[in-house]
Amino acid sequence: MEASTASKRFTSDKVREFFLTYALYIILGVMIVVVVCINPKFLYITNIMKILQQASTRGILALGVAGMIVLAGTDLSVGRIVGASAAVTASLVQSTSYASRMWPDLPQLPLIVPLLASIAVAMFFCCINGFGVAFLKLHAFIVSLGTQLIAYGVTCIYISSQAGGAQAISTFDQNFINLVNGGVQITGDVGIPAFNNITIPYLIFYFAIAAVAMWFVWNKTALGKNMFAIGGNTEAAAVSGVSVKKNIMGVYIVAGVLYGVASFLEAGRIQSVNTQTGLNYDLDAISGCVIGGVSFSGGVGTIPGVVIGVILLQVINYSLSFLGVNPYLQYIIKGLIIILAVSIDVRKYLAKK
Amino acid sequence: MAEPALLEMHDMVKRFPGVVALDHAQLVLQKGSVHALMGENGAGKSTLMKCLFGIYVEDEGTITIDGAPARYSSPKQALDNGVAMVHQELNQVLRRSVMENIWLGRFPKKFGLVSTGKMLEETRKVFDELNIDVNPRVQIGKLSVSQRQMVEIAKAVSYNARILVLDEPTSSLTGEEVEHLFTIINKLRERGVGIIYISHKMEEILRISDEVTIMRDGQWVATRPASELTTDEIIRLMVGRDLSNRFPPKTNVPAETLMEVKHLTGRYPPACKDVSFELRCGEILGVAGLVGSRRTELLETLFGVAHRGEGEIDLSGKPVANRNSRESINNGFAMLTEERRATGIFPLQTITFNMTIANMKAYSHFGFLSGKEMERDTRRMVGSMRVKTPGTKTYIKSLSGGNQQKVILGRWLLTEPDVLLLDEPTRGIDVGAKYEIYQMIIDLADQGKGIVMVSSEMSELIGICDRILVMSNGRMAGVLTHEEIESEQVQETIMRLAAKYI
Repeated sequence: MEASTASKRFTSDKVREFFLTYALYIILGVMIVVVVCINPKFLYITNIMKILQQASTRGILALGVAGMIVLAGTDLSVGRIVGASAAVTASLVQSTSYASRMWPDLPQLPLIVPLLASIAVAMFFCCINGFGVAFLKLHAFIVSLGTQLIAYGVTCIYISSQAGGAQAISTFDQNFINLVNGGVQITGDVGIPAFNNITIPYLIFYFAIAAVAMWFVWNKTALGKNMFAIGGNTEAAAVSGVSVKKNIMGVYIVAGVLYGVASFLEAGRIQSVNTQTGLNYDLDAISGCVIGGVSFSGGVGTIPGVVIGVILLQVINYSLSFLGVNPYLQYIIKGLIIILAVSIDVRKYLAKK
Repeated sequence: MAEPALLEMHDMVKRFPGVVALDHAQLVLQKGSVHALMGENGAGKSTLMKCLFGIYVEDEGTITIDGAPARYSSPKQALDNGVAMVHQELNQVLRRSVMENIWLGRFPKKFGLVSTGKMLEETRKVFDELNIDVNPRVQIGKLSVSQRQMVEIAKAVSYNARILVLDEPTSSLTGEEVEHLFTIINKLRERGVGIIYISHKMEEILRISDEVTIMRDGQWVATRPASELTTDEIIRLMVGRDLSNRFPPKTNVPAETLMEVKHLTGRYPPACKDVSFELRCGEILGVAGLVGSRRTELLETLFGVAHRGEGEIDLSGKPVANRNSRESINNGFAMLTEERRATGIFPLQTITFNMTIANMKAYSHFGFLSGKEMERDTRRMVGSMRVKTPGTKTYIKSLSGGNQQKVILGRWLLTEPDVLLLDEPTRGIDVGAKYEIYQMIIDLADQGKGIVMVSSEMSELIGICDRILVMSNGRMAGVLTHEEIESEQVQETIMRLAAKYI
């Protein structure tokens, strides 16, 4: 009698655990099935490519934010840093034939120059955040709350310093636009009209390269291992001789590189940068991480998780507009999904008593 | 002149505000020997070791290793110089693998990248050498406490330490595992490693160590070859005075049954299993057991902080549900938690706040709290418990451990409980304050309250309890009666029961 209740409890615990672990995938799987049932065209390769393309720049940002969340912190300044870096990128890639350029005397620069400039700007702001967390012992939330305002101010000053005043920086060099928005053409007839003549956007490759590189950083470098140790148990890391400050700075600098690359790409993707560029990107990046299982309690997370999290978030975004859901309602649904994701994530790690 | 000893610490003095933690202490460790460091809690053992590791800076004194002055500024530097320590509280990153925990801070690398293969190989090498059967890839949080302890020892060994400090290494090990540890220690000794062994277990000390240094109140008392010592002699040196003076006279008299616990079992592991006992009014029931014997879980299940799976709790003949702490408090229960800093005090709040927080209902009139009443009760408790504090507006964090504990005890007394559950009530408290806490506990029993007290210090259980319940691996191994506590073999009986279900 007692044994049977015990075994029943055991199986019910197992079922519960299974649902907790995969709940999100189950919910999203159901969502996709529902969308496909309403409109089977959702599965067209062009839609899939669009989703992945849109996920790319946000994904690269999320790869950077994920490190800070693993360190039991966060970053609220991503969006404004993107704004600053993208503005700098934009001002350096304007077409020489465009009359009202920001820097009229500038020759057409090799594209590596705006890329490095973008990275330098992003890294500068990330270093402020890193310094605040590692040396001033502030919570990442607070520092990045401040940095976010600083970055916004800098962006506004920079953009309004144009001869023509505070107008959007646009009209870019065609090489730059091609580099970002081009794609690999695969022509051929596979028999299904929707799958013929596929273009795989370059952005997807950039995202993939960034993800693989970050997988190496997280799993194959001392910086990555130390990051998990510091996020999981700072005390233990310190006692084992890990330099906590140096490693925190390292994680922020890596994030700076990712933000820089993402901003460079984002400038090319939207082809016009103004003071509001990047607004709320932080929230997308953080939600992607959280949905992908990076725990806010620190020390937990995987790169595949982040990648899948970002893609799934984009699937939600895309399918809601695809189905023509009221845009205001879209916000509400997105918000609910984020809350649901975090509440499930927390359950996984709650110690039951 | 003779060769200098491996490690010499002389005239070590360390003062903390209000306390002299080390008062000209000394320690001389020879190469290839096991040196036991003994003393009561608060005798200064760990302070001495923290000076060695550069966690504290001594105010006076000299430390030399192989005759050369050794002054480390951090544990990292100590490790790099071959001085390693296995702490009693395991400091591990629970979500990461065994091998990552071992090589943290010095990962083996190949082309600048961490080499998982090399790390695995090196870990296997150390484990093979020490005969440790643990998968290096498994998450360390999934191991048992004893396995984690073995991993920690392996980590210290992997540093090729010349000096190895083991702080209570056997506190959570079974008999077999202790033998295993001793084989490892013997191997290291043959290799010429000097081992400082901190433990309270006399039998082990006499078996494994070559020399014994005894400390008391921060002072060096004696260093003798282990072969010349007996258990009684060690106790005499450690305590330095008559044992009976450490505890106030027992004046409480157990009366009628107050609480009856039947087949109590926790819902989620780790949980207590099938525990049944009764508690009388005016009785102090001790709970003994090894680390991990789930004594805390028993109290938590009684108090409803941990889910009850099965079983019944009857208070004065009526079953009580105790589904959560609020319900338990309303039913007349109170619980003093083990980790005072983590779950007891609100550090940046005043004495008044800390004293009254469990009793807010009593001060609430039409939804408004009466500051005057809270202040009055706080002053009354501070006075009656002789809490040493500048005032009731002081932050509790600035009080000593003993006085903090009094405030928390006071917090629960204000709720006028019938049953007090005390988890390690004297942990981290100096000897004088302990006596006062004991007196308070006995006074409470005298007033007819029932008290369940978990403690790892066997002497205090024997000193103030009427009966002692012994837990072993989550189950109740037995209850010692008053007569059995008075007998000569009480410590042995408890130890035997504690190992019953392991």
